[in-house]
Amino acid sequence: MSSTDPRAETRRVLAICNACGYCNGFCDVFESARLRPALTDTDLEHLAHLCHHCRNCLYACQYAPPHPFAVNVPRALTALRHHAYVRHAWPRPLARLLVHAPASALLVALATIVLVLGAVLTLVPHAVLFAAHQGPGAFYAVIPWGWMSLLAALPLGWSLLAVAVSLRRVWREGASAGEPPPGWRDWRGALADLVTLRNLRGGGPGCNDLDDRPSHWRRRLHHTLLLGLLGCLAATTIATVYHHLLGLQAPYPWWSLPVVLGTLGGLAMTVATLGLAWLTLRADPTPSTSASRGADAALLALLAAVALSGLALLGWRATAAMGVLLALHLATVIAFFLLIPYSKLVHGGYRALALLREAAARRRRIRRAAGDA
Amino acid sequence: MTPDPTPDVLVAGGGTAALCAAISARRAGARVTLLEQAPRARRGGNTRHARNFRYAHDTANALSSGPYPAATFLADLQGVTEGGADPQLARRLVERSADLPAWLGGCGVALQPRAGGVLPPSRKTAFLLGGGTAMINALYAEAERLGVTIHYQYALEDPGLDGERVGRVGVRDPHGATLHLAPGALILCSGGPHANRDWLARHWGARAAGILNRGTPYSEGRALLRLLEQGAEPIGDPGRAHLVAIDGRSPVDDGGIVTRVRCMPAGIVVDSACRRFLDEGGDTASTRYARWGQRLIDCPDQVAYLVLDTPAWQSAPPSLYPPITAPTPEALAVRLGLDPAALVATLAAYNAAVRPGETPEDGHTEGLEPPKSGHARVLDTPPFAAYPMRPGITFGYQGLAVAPDTRVRLTRGGVATNLFAAGVAMQPNLIPRGYVSGLALAIGMVFGRIAGEEAANHVLN
Ligand SMILES: Cc1cc2nc3c(=O)[nH]c(=O)nc-3n(C[C@H](O)[C@H](O)[C@H](O)COP(=O)(O)OP(=O)(O)OC[C@H]3O[C@@H](n4cnc5c(N)ncnc54)[C@H](O)[C@@H]3O)c2cc1C
Repeated sequence: MSSTDPRAETRRVLAICNACGYCNGFCDVFESARLRPALTDTDLEHLAHLCHHCRNCLYACQYAPPHPFAVNVPRALTALRHHAYVRHAWPRPLARLLVHAPASALLVALATIVLVLGAVLTLVPHAVLFAAHQGPGAFYAVIPWGWMSLLAALPLGWSLLAVAVSLRRVWREGASAGEPPPGWRDWRGALADLVTLRNLRGGGPGCNDLDDRPSHWRRRLHHTLLLGLLGCLAATTIATVYHHLLGLQAPYPWWSLPVVLGTLGGLAMTVATLGLAWLTLRADPTPSTSASRGADAALLALLAAVALSGLALLGWRATAAMGVLLALHLATVIAFFLLIPYSKLVHGGYRALALLREAAARRRRIRRAAGDA
Repeated sequence: MTPDPTPDVLVAGGGTAALCAAISARRAGARVTLLEQAPRARRGGNTRHARNFRYAHDTANALSSGPYPAATFLADLQGVTEGGADPQLARRLVERSADLPAWLGGCGVALQPRAGGVLPPSRKTAFLLGGGTAMINALYAEAERLGVTIHYQYALEDPGLDGERVGRVGVRDPHGATLHLAPGALILCSGGPHANRDWLARHWGARAAGILNRGTPYSEGRALLRLLEQGAEPIGDPGRAHLVAIDGRSPVDDGGIVTRVRCMPAGIVVDSACRRFLDEGGDTASTRYARWGQRLIDCPDQVAYLVLDTPAWQSAPPSLYPPITAPTPEALAVRLGLDPAALVATLAAYNAAVRPGETPEDGHTEGLEPPKSGHARVLDTPPFAAYPMRPGITFGYQGLAVAPDTRVRLTRGGVATNLFAAGVAMQPNLIPRGYVSGLALAIGMVFGRIAGEEAANHVLN
């Protein structure tokens, strides 16, 4: 657990926000906070996950440091988000991975690389491993398809389970605090908010990505990263279909759907991770915490490793380096899957949940307001 | 970097008026230097704390819920000031307020559309997205982009008015040293003297010690007061100010918007002798903040206490500080340093006089002086709570008299040729008394722009 509980500070600053309200056009956080004046622990966590960290409310704040009230909402909510990730991590002992995100990412990535590469080096005859393979089934000559699938599916399955357990716990806390159950319209609304990152527009003009000037870069890069990731996922899924249903074996020609999607996805991920890393390095540190910056950097490095190793594999798949590159890529993907619940990646689940809850609460408010009129 | 010794236009100040002046002078082609007394992190004066501005418009639009024709705006202005607004300046204000949203948009200032559904309904004003500080950031960015030279922690000390011209201007640099500039024109946008403790004491006597300043501590008005010594014509009454009831525990300066005490209609207000002195239920509009502020200044020690019982303080809007609470009125009085018997007696007399009405708003007192004419209910549910209140100053009602082109008027007659003023520094020409929301920003924006244009015009032609 982090050394200090950020809830007291978050409660203090949001109470000031509730008396002020000037920022209520930037995102949903402020109106939501105003309607939760008690600011219970559950409320605070909800607000923390609802915050997309656009930072506008720091630069717009009449009470930001050096004002003696020292209101820094994005920093307080960032600290609380991190605290909440740790608090809800499952199983408990693995929460430590989240506390030291950069070290965890490095360790897990190194461990998977050593294990996968070590296994390949010891188990695959070097004549096969270092040969230039061509034609259908080339990859599986190095790592059999069954093994490859198992090595990816097991960590992914585990991680999805761990995320589900955490989210369910958070959901229950909300439900027992009297949150309304979402209807299908709320799901639709939350999905739209998620896809468009509506809360990462600063109410229209953009976000204070680097300093007090508005910019749309973080949102655009986030979209690029997500699309890239989805492209790579789609490539893998389509390849599985090719393999099982059509009996076509990888490697596929450069113009085939899996390769085109994978390449574009990998390139998008590379560009986006570099861009986001640049923003993380260059941005004013005031609205974030060093822990959150570390976690961001660790995740970006991991995603870059996945993307770059994939692109390298594509580029050199017809050479003798293919075997080692394949092992490297598989290892980074496994590390990525393993770290879903124990890295910054976990924000996606909590964010989606918060948006869903907010959509339900908003609809209930509107309905009640209409009833009053 | 030291300031350009001979800028075309020198702007003193760093809030709305100063930035609008600097931007419009620069767009007109002048070389502009802006001096902001505050450090960068605290730039923006009282504008940091503002939220919405008033502007004329003929139809409802994305920003405001209904039309606000120029004639209505003009009538409102003359109404709240009891006809005190200079007619020519008033007309210019109203006419030129109409394109403020578009002009601000062109400077990168974001306004908050009503469609979000989170704004209080407003027909007459538009809201700045994120408030005044966000606007200030956008205006500084625009000024920088245009090539205005900005110096923080440089204060105009001596405007150097000599006869009818500004010549050698004295400026204090961040280290306290004085340097001299010779600008083609000077625009004074440095607010009023209301944060200046000596000035407050001069006009308010012992009561000054009880006044808190809602806005920037940098509004010391030194340059303005110097100008009055050098022959600029004053306007308005220095013994009057816009005062608002704020939490007595607020910081001496810069408490801003959150310090207001808002729920007087829910309880009773007593002074330090535990006497009621004003109808708490008589005014529930936003004008009540100033009405109470005006009365607090004449209370003993400039303090009064809003006393509530549990239902009353639980229905109160969120406040900066939690109220002071106690299980009984006696204990509350002790915590507040008041006479317990006196508070109990006042509360008992009030409770005995309450006559509930059809609706909570109709509740009123009978046979009580002063009466509570609305929202009266028996205050008897423990625990009891209190907010200490003091007057918080927003601005004073004295400034520089100006001509319609914002040239500063001279006591010996006529106007200064190259000295202009905008914003709070000349606001009493339009608001010598009274106030309605959104006027101050509109005055800063409109006359800032006019002053910038006129100053550039003076220098370049
Ligand atoms: C809490 C609060 C809320 C408000 N809300 C609203 C609102 O919603 N709508 C509205 O219309 N009005 C509002 N007002 C009033 C409004 O904010 C101000 O009257 C207006 O912003 C004044 O603008 P200005 O440019 O004249 O002065 P300011 O914004 O006060 O700027 C004066 C500047 O001059 C600088 N300065 C002072 N002396 C010197 C010097 N010697 N040399 C160089 N620089 C100097 C200061 O540092 C400061 O930057 C509010 C005021 C307060 C306190």
